[in-house]
Amino acid sequence: MARLRINGEVHEVDVDPSTPLLWVLRDNLNLTGTKYACGINQCGACTVMMNGHAVRSCVTSASEAEGFEITTIEGLSPDRSHPLQQAWIEEDVPQCGYCQSGQLMAAAALLRQKARPTDEEIDRAMTNVCRCGTYQRIRKAIHKAANKVNG
Amino acid sequence: MKRTLSRRQFIRASAATAAGGMLLSFHIPALARATSFEPYADGHAEINAWLTIGSDDVITIRVAQSEMGQGVMTALPMIVAEELEADFRNVRAEYADANRSIRHGRVYQRMMTAGSGAVRLSRPYLQQAGAEARERLVKAAAERWNVSPAECYADYGKIYHRPTRRSINYGAIAADAAKVSVANVAIKSPEAFNLLGLPTRRLDVPAKVDGSAMFSMDVRVPGMRYAAVVHCPVLGGGLRSYRFNAIRNRPGVRQAIRLDNGVAIVADTFWQAKTAADLLPVDWNIGDAGKTFSDRILREFVSQLDQEGSVVVDEGRAVALMDDTEKTIESDYTAPYLSHACMEPLNCTVHVQTGRVDVWAGVQDPEATLNEVAKITGMAPADVYIHNCMLGGGFGRRSNIDFVREAVLIAMEVDVPVQMIWTREEDSRQGAYRPMTAIRFKAGFDLDKNLITYTNHSITPSILEQINPAATASGIDRSSVEGLANMPYAVANKRITHSIRNTHLTSWFWRSVGNSQNAYAMECFVDEMATAAGMDPLAFRRKHLADRPDMLNVLDVLEQKAEWRQAMPAGSAKGLAIHECYGTICAQVAEVTVSEEGDLSVDRIVSVVDCGNLVNPMTAEMQIESGVIFGLTAALYGKLTVENGRILETNFDTYRMVTMNEAPIMETHFALSGGDKWGGLGEPSTPPVAPAICNALYRIIGRRIRSLPIKDYYLRRA
Repeated sequence: MARLRINGEVHEVDVDPSTPLLWVLRDNLNLTGTKYACGINQCGACTVMMNGHAVRSCVTSASEAEGFEITTIEGLSPDRSHPLQQAWIEEDVPQCGYCQSGQLMAAAALLRQKARPTDEEIDRAMTNVCRCGTYQRIRKAIHKAANKVNG
Repeated sequence: MKRTLSRRQFIRASAATAAGGMLLSFHIPALARATSFEPYADGHAEINAWLTIGSDDVITIRVAQSEMGQGVMTALPMIVAEELEADFRNVRAEYADANRSIRHGRVYQRMMTAGSGAVRLSRPYLQQAGAEARERLVKAAAERWNVSPAECYADYGKIYHRPTRRSINYGAIAADAAKVSVANVAIKSPEAFNLLGLPTRRLDVPAKVDGSAMFSMDVRVPGMRYAAVVHCPVLGGGLRSYRFNAIRNRPGVRQAIRLDNGVAIVADTFWQAKTAADLLPVDWNIGDAGKTFSDRILREFVSQLDQEGSVVVDEGRAVALMDDTEKTIESDYTAPYLSHACMEPLNCTVHVQTGRVDVWAGVQDPEATLNEVAKITGMAPADVYIHNCMLGGGFGRRSNIDFVREAVLIAMEVDVPVQMIWTREEDSRQGAYRPMTAIRFKAGFDLDKNLITYTNHSITPSILEQINPAATASGIDRSSVEGLANMPYAVANKRITHSIRNTHLTSWFWRSVGNSQNAYAMECFVDEMATAAGMDPLAFRRKHLADRPDMLNVLDVLEQKAEWRQAMPAGSAKGLAIHECYGTICAQVAEVTVSEEGDLSVDRIVSVVDCGNLVNPMTAEMQIESGVIFGLTAALYGKLTVENGRILETNFDTYRMVTMNEAPIMETHFALSGGDKWGGLGEPSTPPVAPAICNALYRIIGRRIRSLPIKDYYLRRA
């Protein structure tokens, strides 16, 4: 059993506590916006926020996630209104889109720590892989969202 | 998109199936009716097979190509909407149904997404479909007003009656339009376009920023189970035995299914299936391929370059002249096996029932998939339903449906729907790879350093032979010599030969196919020839492209935009490459720096592209950037190593991807030649990347990079 607080709701999930949070989200809770791509903390497609920090859910067990406020892409905003989601739409960032939930969550965690990150700070924080190569647009969209929030 | 991809509808649809009832959502038999032009679900009128219009004016356009990031779900609806005179803000996209296509005389025509062909090959009939629908709307309005259709016209979602200035929204006349017929409809001339060529936001983006976009791994069918598969680690090997008893009592585990080359473990969740499969004791029949090493294969390829190949091109007296020329140069280039490494590992959900099969997958050809599934299950094709999803990357990999075939075989043994997922490691080991290649070039120059003669011999495992042995009866795989056989540079005497040498690995189409390795070798060797001729690389190319004004124009624009003649600081240089494929010319300048410590950075890549005309400049530019990063990853890091028949690079820790901190500044310029040319955009920016970088590196390190990837070189400023 694991007791997880996800997107503001508490879920009692009947899983082995060592199960990665990624698979609890996907298979037990049908929160499929969080993606599996590498399973070994290399690509970031599974990134969620725990207490506002970016965490790779493929290597975070359900038991480790207990007691944290977990935010998935589904909980980033109820209606695509998060400044990053807006900027992603305005800059037409996604291509295949598979990595973009993780990219958005990593960016959301970054903006919580740094209201106006520099290019270097973005590069350091955004280590997620995008096979379609949307990096240039992601960087632009992060700046755009930061400017929006901070006027 | 809403109709296609809403998870709620998917689940609702699936629930209906499970209950034995009719499906109520997209791609479902109830909608794929025997006769066209009946009212569509939810009050939408189907004007023709390509589109419906609702009473709310929402236009839903069917897309018969797969969305794998390249933007077809926007570009193709734009082509239809242009002729339809639609207000694009009202346009939605959904996949065309392969089941309907096979039952209705292939109404959706080409459903295979490959060869950068979505716009290039389907534009004419999509224009016709949009124009046909427009004329139906005009005719229906005219009939309602009891006036001549000649006095009516369509504009921005409305039909107008010119003399009385009456108008009616498409939504209000759509049901009537579905019932009239029109003939000999003309399409617009390009001067009249008002949508094509305008930067237009992608229709699939909103669903891709909130996690709701439906990839096949996200399909949830009530009652479904999950399957993890362990495969023989050596391709071509098989399963000898396994001991299911060792894991059968693990939580959630339901059954084990024997495959020719592996075992599938079915469980209640994927994690339960995967962790059980990891512990399964298995004995493999490795076979002879277990003794192969990629280094050895490559050495064999290179040593065989001496042998005669099959003749692709033979003009003039290329070989004879080589001995007579004043100066000759000779170089061997090699490129390794590569993975597609789509972000979404291969997966497929299948539900086999009496009288029907449903398959949820992300595939590049749902029609071929349907026929294959029918063959495997013994069902009539009309009883097979392929629910194509968003593809989490394709790059050619998802045109090989080995994974669908396996999922169907598994599902035939399971009495509930089952989702099979290959782990990243299985996806990498069961790859269908960009083949390894070895290429030898020779060039001969006269006393005045003019290029007189040129020969080239390439050795590559064949892709086409695996699909159809007759395709390579001549000893040549056309896909392997793309970019070599049709080299654009004029030389009076040339001989181009090719040899096929297959290995135990599956060779497959990988973004830009043969062009990917051939442009690398060719464009690097062009720089070598320029050096031998004592010319600037750009000037040498211009001299030998004199009869290609389109390529010269692209080079002119590139020279200016990339500041080709600008002096660079110590340790930095620019390199150039140009290549044409899929009807599009792409030339690039790469700016590269090698630090005093020998660290490489690719600082900037300027691309100039002539694809003739543009549908959506926004997605076009994205595709060029995408192809650049794809080519950059391959150039810097891409290499699969085979040891004892096994692929060693099975995840992103060893098969490294370029990340944001390494991404160069990318600038894209279009030098459009217009006319009837609508070149492809998904692939042409990948081939020039590696040679542009290697040519820049030569100017810094004084060495030619004649094998990829670049990471294998120790870089030091000359």
